[in-house]
Amino acid sequence: MPFPLLTSIVFLPLLGGLLILFIPKERTGLIKTIATAATGLALVLAAALVLKFDCGDLAMQFVERSPWIPQININYHLGVDGISIGLVFLTALLGFFACIGSYGIKERQKEYYFLYLLLNTGMLGTFLALDLFLFYAFWEIVLVPMYFLIGIWGGPRKEYAAIKFFIYTLAGSVFMLLSILALYFTSNPHTFNMLELAGSGSTLAKGFQIALFIGFYLGFAIKVPVFPFHTWLPDAHVEAPTPISVLLAGVLLKMGGYGFFRISFPILKDAAIYFALPFAILGAINIVYGAFVAMAQTDFKKMVAYSSVSHMGFVMLGLASMTVTGFNGALMQMFNHGVITGGMFLLVGVLYDRAHTRDLDKFGGLGAKMPVYAGILTVFTLASLGLPGLSGFVSEFMSLIGGFAAFRLITVISVLGIIITAGYFLYMIQRVLLGPLNPVWSKITDINRREIFTLAPLMIVIIAIGVYPLLILNFQSPAIINLIRHIGGALF
Amino acid sequence: MSVLLSVKYFFPEIVLTGFAVAVLIVGLFVKRRAVLGMFCLLGILAAILLMPQSYQATSPLFSGMLINDSFSEFFKEIVFLVVGLVILVSMGYRAFSDEDAGEYYFLLLSVLVAMMIAASSNNLIMIYIALEAVSLMSYILVGFLKTDRRSSEAGLKYFLFGALATGVMLYGISFIYGLFGTTDLAEISRVLAAGNVNIFASTIALLLIFAGLSFKCALVPFHMWVPDAYQGAPTPVTALISAGPKAIGFAILIRVFLKNFFPLFPGWSETVSVIAIITMTAGNILAINQENIKRLLGYSSIAQAGYILIGFVVGTALGIQGMMFYILAYVLMNIGAFGCVALISNRLGNDYIEDYSGLSKREPVLAFLLTVFLLSLAGIPPLAGFFGKFLVFAAAIESKYYILAIAGVINSVLAIYYYVKIIKFMYLAEPRAGMHVSVLPVPATPGTGAVKLALIIALIGIIVAGLFPGLFIGWISASLL
Repeated sequence: MPFPLLTSIVFLPLLGGLLILFIPKERTGLIKTIATAATGLALVLAAALVLKFDCGDLAMQFVERSPWIPQININYHLGVDGISIGLVFLTALLGFFACIGSYGIKERQKEYYFLYLLLNTGMLGTFLALDLFLFYAFWEIVLVPMYFLIGIWGGPRKEYAAIKFFIYTLAGSVFMLLSILALYFTSNPHTFNMLELAGSGSTLAKGFQIALFIGFYLGFAIKVPVFPFHTWLPDAHVEAPTPISVLLAGVLLKMGGYGFFRISFPILKDAAIYFALPFAILGAINIVYGAFVAMAQTDFKKMVAYSSVSHMGFVMLGLASMTVTGFNGALMQMFNHGVITGGMFLLVGVLYDRAHTRDLDKFGGLGAKMPVYAGILTVFTLASLGLPGLSGFVSEFMSLIGGFAAFRLITVISVLGIIITAGYFLYMIQRVLLGPLNPVWSKITDINRREIFTLAPLMIVIIAIGVYPLLILNFQSPAIINLIRHIGGALF
Repeated sequence: MSVLLSVKYFFPEIVLTGFAVAVLIVGLFVKRRAVLGMFCLLGILAAILLMPQSYQATSPLFSGMLINDSFSEFFKEIVFLVVGLVILVSMGYRAFSDEDAGEYYFLLLSVLVAMMIAASSNNLIMIYIALEAVSLMSYILVGFLKTDRRSSEAGLKYFLFGALATGVMLYGISFIYGLFGTTDLAEISRVLAAGNVNIFASTIALLLIFAGLSFKCALVPFHMWVPDAYQGAPTPVTALISAGPKAIGFAILIRVFLKNFFPLFPGWSETVSVIAIITMTAGNILAINQENIKRLLGYSSIAQAGYILIGFVVGTALGIQGMMFYILAYVLMNIGAFGCVALISNRLGNDYIEDYSGLSKREPVLAFLLTVFLLSLAGIPPLAGFFGKFLVFAAAIESKYYILAIAGVINSVLAIYYYVKIIKFMYLAEPRAGMHVSVLPVPATPGTGAVKLALIIALIGIIVAGLFPGLFIGWISASLL
């Protein structure tokens, strides 16, 4: 039997979490070590996965499959292809660095790290599952630790934010469950296998496909989040502790986008084509509306949260285009946004740890006091606003090119979003780093080594992809071309 | 089968009755709850070992009054589980005095025997008698805390509603006898299959019987007794009546209606689906504002009955499997939740949810267990409650009852709110000054270990059934009618 690489990646964090349960809660050092080792090992294995991955092979790789509930043909079925590999690596990457970023958590550490590791297993499993039932189970598992992580370690309105997050996302996913069941019963023979369903789903009547698509849409759109389902996100982000915001923005939002790529579009392709225009419109609303709202924020974290709404709009726009370029842009945008915004949240956390406020109007002139921090923040900001040479630019540009071919007017409107984004990010830089130093911060210290250690790798990724996008495109493009061919979109 | 031959297949019930009488007598001399409880558990173990291993597929006992089939065996095992766990929970419940222990366990074992007989009844009269026996014991158990006014009141209320319901049911049975000339289920099937029945009169009769069973299963509009009885009853008894009679009620619904009557009256599925939807929705909406956890769990179990009823409406093999799996999961998680409540109220002296504030710090293990049971009730994977919901929703989708399935999932979302509310108090809220009753340091109650054992059994059950439902589905599908 070959080494079960994917299973190891998924369950290593949980194993660490279970181990932590047996350690007395006073031994916080050991607990941290175990958590770091578990996520670190998962990252090493994810890196090994990337190295061993064969970009030319269009089939699922490293497939593991064994019967789970044979009576209704449910299998434990994992696999990875060009669409999921980037997200798996992203999750492992952020999972490890946010774990190090969690060292600042001082209370109830044992519970924290257990829940944190459980969350990691849920996220990794979601991206690797190829059986819809398994996918749903992982998807839902994510909710529970997230609820506690926001609710216990969060900010002042944590209870409200946590329960809103829980109910919103659960409300979406139960409709997804109905669609999953309907797919199962219309397939012949009955199966939950996503790959088989991708073959048979498109034979369904268009009206039925549309109904199922809406069920999945509710699940995925709330996670993305697509306007008007986005209201849970700023609340959750603002209240969540820094490392959890990182995972929320970096990984959880991608679960929704991934669902479109893996389930909605390949399986229900007629419905996907039918919904292309609404997708594009919603994408444009997300981009422009999210940017405008971000601009109005005075809370640093809320601003970054709304900027996520805006940036995820590019994913929707790219998806709507039904072109290879647009799809590539959308998938890449998910990866890039994860890295960039994950880093942004870490940076907000760095500042908050020192200043205990996130009010942008209260800062000013910090560039002189915290030169290293200022440099790093500038790089991430420029990446986020889409400066060429950094990763965000490539993916947004590709989404727009794809979108332009399909929906001119909508894409033109979306481009406005980039301008607004540049506006509010530069305004933020001005308010935080430039101008006269607010005397309150005369004693503030610069970013420390541990914090740099968590941010530097993300920065390397941002620059590397910005300069040489093929790093990602090589992995995902063959799979995307295959997917577009299957759906019947435009191959350019 | 003649009476004498039948006795051979009736050993478990006989042995348990013997143990019940014995515990009543021994209880006069031995005043230790734990000892008597162990004695009862021994009786249940003996009954399990004596369960007939092989069945002559449809071999009716006692001139067709009872039938021992794999379906009845499934529900007998369920009630063994229920009463076994309830005995463990009772050992550590502080409000009980050791003085009445013998009497209490006598009633528990008697309910168990009555439920076993109900599970294998094959004749409407037998069903009536068995259910009535279950009910009578339950009324007494609910009012068992004689000095507690609430308990007595709950017992009385339960009794009054119950008496009305059984009266209605008996009236329906008399209709059936008048129309068909028999109360034997097999005989009734034969007459029905031959056609030539008065549909209108039979429908009335069935409605009346259904109403009687709705009371047992706490379906709207026969659910009124639930919050008061659940709140007033001693918590272990609440666990019992929320699980045992309900499971048996559903078993009889399946046996009487699905097997015999359902197929002949096409309008039934619409009627019952409306009842299912109202039951789920009413239970969930009323649960939201409850401040007492026993009332809240009472309304939640009304809602759970609504979900189970989805499988009944669908009526396919998958639907019944879903019901049976759901009932198994429901029994485990409900007794688990009430077991936690029993231990917590030992400590707090009350059942107000607000007083659960900060429980995760004072009682981390208990808070964790209750959280798992609540998440299972809410249907979060990979716990058994999720898979139960999954199966009944699957059955609904398979048979194209889309509205029912959608109503089910919307209700699952509603329910999340109040389950999570309890979790919120335990984990997120700080203990507050000025709680309803100040939390006194209570000396550890003897028997807490037994309750914890029950909770751990239930916990393992819902995790195993959630992670590997295949193990149980095999067993269930072999027990289908």
